[in-house]
Parts: sequence; C-alpha cells; structure tokens
Amino acid sequence: MDAIVLARMQFAANITFHILFPSINIALGWMLLFFRWRWLKTQDQAWLQAYRFWTKVFALSFALGVVSGITMSFQFGTNWPGFMEKAGNIAGPLLGYEVLTAFFLEASFLGVMLFGHGRVSERVHAWATFLVAFGTTLSAFWILSLNSWMQTPQGHEIINGEFFAKDWWAIIFNPSLPYRLSHKLLASGLTVAFFLAGVSAWQMLKGKTQASTAKVMRVGLTLGALLIPLQIFVGDQHGLNTLAHQPAKVAAMEGVWQTEKGAPLLLFAWPNAQTRSNDFALAIPKAASLILTHDPEGEIRGLNEFQGAHPPVAPLFFGFRIMVGLGVLMLAFSWLGLWLYRRCAWRIEALPRWFLWGLTGMTFSGWLATVAGWYVTEIARQPFIVYGLLRTADVASSTPAPMIAATLMGYVTLYLGLIVAYISVIKYMAEKGLPSESVPSSAATSLNPHRSPQS
Amino acid sequence: MSAAEWMPLVFLGLMGLALLIYVVLDGYDLGVGLLMLGASEEQQDRMVASIGPFWDANETWLVLGVGLLLVAFPKAHGLILQALYLPVALMLLGLMLRGVAFDFRVKAQAQWKPLWNAAFMGGSALAAAAQGWMLARYITGFAEGWAYTAFAAVIALALAAAYALLGAAWLIMKMEGELQALAVRRAKLAWPAVVLGLLLVSLITPMVSPTVAARWFSLPEFIALLPIPLMTALSLLALRGLLNSHRVLGKLCWAPFALMVVVMLLGFLGLAYSLFPFVIIDRMTVWQAAAASDSLRFILWGAALTVPAILGYTVFAYRVFWGKSGELKYA
Repeated sequence: MDAIVLARMQFAANITFHILFPSINIALGWMLLFFRWRWLKTQDQAWLQAYRFWTKVFALSFALGVVSGITMSFQFGTNWPGFMEKAGNIAGPLLGYEVLTAFFLEASFLGVMLFGHGRVSERVHAWATFLVAFGTTLSAFWILSLNSWMQTPQGHEIINGEFFAKDWWAIIFNPSLPYRLSHKLLASGLTVAFFLAGVSAWQMLKGKTQASTAKVMRVGLTLGALLIPLQIFVGDQHGLNTLAHQPAKVAAMEGVWQTEKGAPLLLFAWPNAQTRSNDFALAIPKAASLILTHDPEGEIRGLNEFQGAHPPVAPLFFGFRIMVGLGVLMLAFSWLGLWLYRRCAWRIEALPRWFLWGLTGMTFSGWLATVAGWYVTEIARQPFIVYGLLRTADVASSTPAPMIAATLMGYVTLYLGLIVAYISVIKYMAEKGLPSESVPSSAATSLNPHRSPQS
Repeated sequence: MSAAEWMPLVFLGLMGLALLIYVVLDGYDLGVGLLMLGASEEQQDRMVASIGPFWDANETWLVLGVGLLLVAFPKAHGLILQALYLPVALMLLGLMLRGVAFDFRVKAQAQWKPLWNAAFMGGSALAAAAQGWMLARYITGFAEGWAYTAFAAVIALALAAAYALLGAAWLIMKMEGELQALAVRRAKLAWPAVVLGLLLVSLITPMVSPTVAARWFSLPEFIALLPIPLMTALSLLALRGLLNSHRVLGKLCWAPFALMVVVMLLGFLGLAYSLFPFVIIDRMTVWQAAAASDSLRFILWGAALTVPAILGYTVFAYRVFWGKSGELKYA
C-alpha cells in the first residue's frame, strides 16, 4: 500500500479513537454539573451517588481523550507536514487557541474536580466542575472551527501556494461552523443520553440497581427524547449548508451519479464506481429532491459534474445511512422509553425486559453514529485536505511506507485493546456499584450503610 | 526591530518556557512511574496518589510546546517531527499506556491490577527514554551514523535517570516514613547516572557541532558562561550531600526537588545558548521557520492573556494539594 493511504489510515485510526472520548465528555461534564446541582437542591443522596459514579467514568474517559489528543497534535507533523507548511498560518493559531483557552482549563481543574472535594469550598468545587465542562465545550468549538474551515475555507489569501490569514473573524466563523458545531454538540448529548440509559438498563438487568439508577435512567431517556428531534432538524440544515458549499459531497452521500430533477431518496443501493450507477436500488421517488431542496422537482447536481475531484461514493453512501438509521432508532427508543417509563410511574423495575435489553444494545449507539457521521464528512472532503484548494496527496509525509505500516499496527493494536478495556471496566464498575466509603464526612450519612472496600 | 524580527523570538521564548515546565512537571511524574519498579503494592498506590491530581495538566505543557512549534514555526514542525517519526511514535505509545493505566489500575478488577501497573511503569520508561533519544537526535541536528545512535541511546538512559531523580525528589517532598526513605535510596542510585549523562551531553555536543564548540570555547564567552556549568555542579553536589543528611527527611524535604529544578533550568539555558538562533541546528533559524506575522500577532494576543492565567491556575491547583500527599480518593 502506498504511504499516503497508510498515513491516512493511521490518522483516521487515531482520530476515530480520540473522538469517542470527547464525544462522551463534552456532554457528560454538563451532566455532572446537573447531578451536582440536583443534589445540592434536593439533598437526595441518589444524586450524589450518580455524581460520584459518573465522575469516575468521566475521569477514565478524560484520560483516554488526553493521551489520544496528545498523539494527534504530533501526528499533524509526522503525517501531514505539508499541511502545516502550507496552511500553518491558519491551522496553527486555531489549534493554539484550543490549547491555550480550553485544554489547560479542563486539565488543570480536573484534578480539583476529581480529588479536591473537602480541600476546597463547595463553591470553588462547583466552579471547578463548571470550568471543566466549559473547557471541553470550548475545546470542541476551536477544533470544529478549524475542521469547518478545512471544509468551507474563507477569509484567507493564497500567495505562492501558502495560505495567509486576511480576516480571522471570517476564518473562525466560516459558513459550515454553526451547523457542524451544533451537530457535534447535540451528538455528544445523544451519546451521553444513551450511555446513561444503557448503563442503567444493564444495572437493572443484572439486578445491581442503586438509588441513583432509576433517576439516571430518567435523565438519559429525557435527554435523548429532547435532543433527537433537535438533532434531526440541525442535521437537515447542515445538509442544506453542505449542498450549497460542497455539492459533490451531497451527491456522493445520496448516490446521485447524474444530475437530475426530482431525484429519488435511496433507502438501499450498492453504489458501483465502475459503471458509475447504483445496483439494487430501493428508492422513494422524488424524496431526495424534496429533502434537499424542499421542492419535489428540485435539481440535484450529480457526480458527473465533479469527475476526478469527487470522493469515493460507497463509504459516504453507507456511512450516511448508518448515521441516519441510528438516529431513527434513537428517536424510537427515547420516545417509546419515556412513554413506557412514565406509564410505570418511573419505577425502573417495572420496565419490560425486552426494552431494557434494547437500551443496553443502544449504550454505545452515539459512538457508532458519531464515527459514521465523521467518516462521511471527512472522506467526503477527499481528495482535498482544504476543500477545493489543497490536495491531501500534496501535503503527505515522506516517511517510508513500511515505517508507517509498523507504527500503524502498534497504534491499532493498542487502540483496540484500550477500547475493550474501557468497555469492560465500565461494565465492571456498573455491576460493582459505588463504594460509599469515598463519601466525605460532610456528606456521609446513615442513609448509606453499605460500606465496601474502596477501590 | 520589526515585528517580523521580534515576534518569532517571543514565541521561541514561550515555546522554551513551555518545554522547560513540561520537562520539570511531567519529568517528576514520569520519574515516579519509573520508581514504582520494585515497590510494594501499597507503596505504589501512594506514589500514584501523589501525582494523581496533576498529571493531566502536566502533560498539557507538552501539547502547548509542540503546539507552539506548530503555530509559530510551522516549517520546522514538519521537518523535526518527520525526522523523529519513530521515537515520537514510541513516546506517544508510552504516554498513552501510562496515562490510561492511571485510571485502569484502580478501576478494573483486582486481577488486572498488576498488568496495569506494568503498563504504567513500562509506559513511563518508554516515554522517558524516547524523549531522551529525541533530545539527542535534535541537538546533533539529526546526524546519522553509529556514533550518533550510541549517543542517543546513552542520553535516552540519562534522561530517564534524571526523571527518576526528579521523581525521587518529588516523593521525598510529598511522602513520609518508609516511602520517603525508599525515595532517598533511589535518588542515590540515580544520581551518578544523571551526572554522567550531563557530562556526556556537555562534552559530545561541542564535539559533533563546530557551531556549539565555537560558542562555548572561545574567549571571553567561556569565562562569561562558566557560571552555568559551575552552578550545575554545585547544585548536584549539594543535592548529593543532602541525601546523606537526615534533615532531608524533615525540614529540608523540599530542597532536593528545588535543586533538581535548578539543574534542569541551567541545563536548559546551556542548550538554549548552544542552539540559538537555530530551530534546527545549522540548518534553519527561528526567522526562517516562523509563520506569517499576522498569524503570530493573532495568537500573541491570546497567549498574552491566557499564559498568565494558565500559570495562575496551575499554581492554584498545586496549592490545593499542597503538603504531604494522602490517600487518593474521588471526593
């Protein structure tokens, strides 16, 4: 395999692994703040228990996010040295602002948040929790600003092949940022919603419920039910924005090989790059035009207009359908779940077992949908690294292919091992429950007599 | 001086500061990882507890250092990281292993704990050695040949020893009793390796680079620079003397760490003097590698506002956990 493909695989492996953990932590940070607030407000130990358990999950996810994030900051240089040489004037400051304003904030206050209760006042501790949540969100803002600029570049000028900033405001708030940022933040919310509900369902199935389980389940289902309609709306708007700026991407996602009016929505098909058409298509007539142009006879530009400069069709076509399919499942599960849960008066033990099994299966549905969506948007930028302006092949490293292949094997082995370890530790923690010994004296009450050895 | 002249210098200074802070801060926590070898499980738990609240933020300085390299000197960033492709990959694997082992070792089932402890120690060792290797490759301008490889191998071990000494000094400061005594014994073991490593770097760097030799071994510079090696030697001797004194277990428990910080600061100054104004020795100066002035100005504003704040809340975080370290608990 040639070095560029290997370098892309390596970067993709790293960024795929990395995105899993911020996807959890961006929203989980705010959830922790919510649990904490509920506890202070109601003095109900169950909220404190929820806070403590999910803080551990947060710490674990944060560690995985930090180490894979460090890796990424190096891989910009090891894998795409040309990108920094040519677009460093734009990409550098955006990444720099991420580190300066966000990364340090979260990492520094994380220690206080995790281990500082009892050492600082309640107020300072609440602030530390807030700053960690705020930091993770701000971090997402800067990273997505750069990513969006690479998709819809503006505010720069190119002199001798090198990018120079002309208008920072235009660069940061480029046309696709509002859509991509809200899409990503909602995706994080949904990832956490199903993570909370899924773990709670598993605890119920295994008979390991605690006082907090029923509450966390309710929070998860409610959050999912609230966010998924919003996400569908934002996703639609994001699609329209993409159609305006990157029509080739939409054509590949929808499998539109030839420009057509009244294009059908393909529920299933097998895109064939040889014949440049779809095999085995199952379609709803005119629906793609209706969704994308809000007019059943609207024209969608096909891939024939972008010969030689459009991305591969199959991964986009399928990735997009996996993401949307998971979104539909999320809608079904959260709305049905909320209705069922309300009908049994928020008693988690009264929820039907088939539904609990279903929710357990959905525990990491947010991860899958997120990764599928990212593959769609990133692969769709190819063959460019900065859309329409800079080709990926022109910025690749001169590192010999065997060395990339060897390190790629190392990374992938480690990542797979870590994902397995992460999921099995979450499972173990969920089944073990939370030792109450770690409750500080001010909070430890006779309400919680089941003391077990601290881990 | 025009903006295009002074701004790269400001960023060089900031990058140097970030890397110096990184080497000191992550140095001690990597060192603690190395020292876990041979300690009892209970001791290992307490050692990890002493670095638990800090390590995330400590590693962020590395991201800032490499981030500034990328922001301010994008042309050098790619060159340096490509030349160091393999050690960078090894360092990253090491940092990942140990970073996640931090959490996994206490959260996973008890039967897996020895495995995660091994990952923690192995990852710390791999990261420390890879950084030493990178330092050696960097100061010799990525020159090829068996002698340079041997030099890199020696410096890899020497930096690991320096981190171990720094970690031991941290434990002397943060621990009491038996573990503190263990830290003193380990510090004594690491000390000769650190001295040897420093001597080797000081002798070999001028030998391989005529630029560096000319900088140091000409008059009157040699006399003006003499305080750097002299103070380094004095600090190291004072440190060794302290390790024999019982006061290091009590009132002066902070002194070994402070002396190690002085040694690292002096070593850093010496290196900075050897290399300046090159970002890649004898090949690329700061000005050649610098990003466009507009980009530097844009990020300089942010840095001027945020770096003092970062330093402020770093101090705050250390103050919250000031004094002897207890048991690590989520609270």
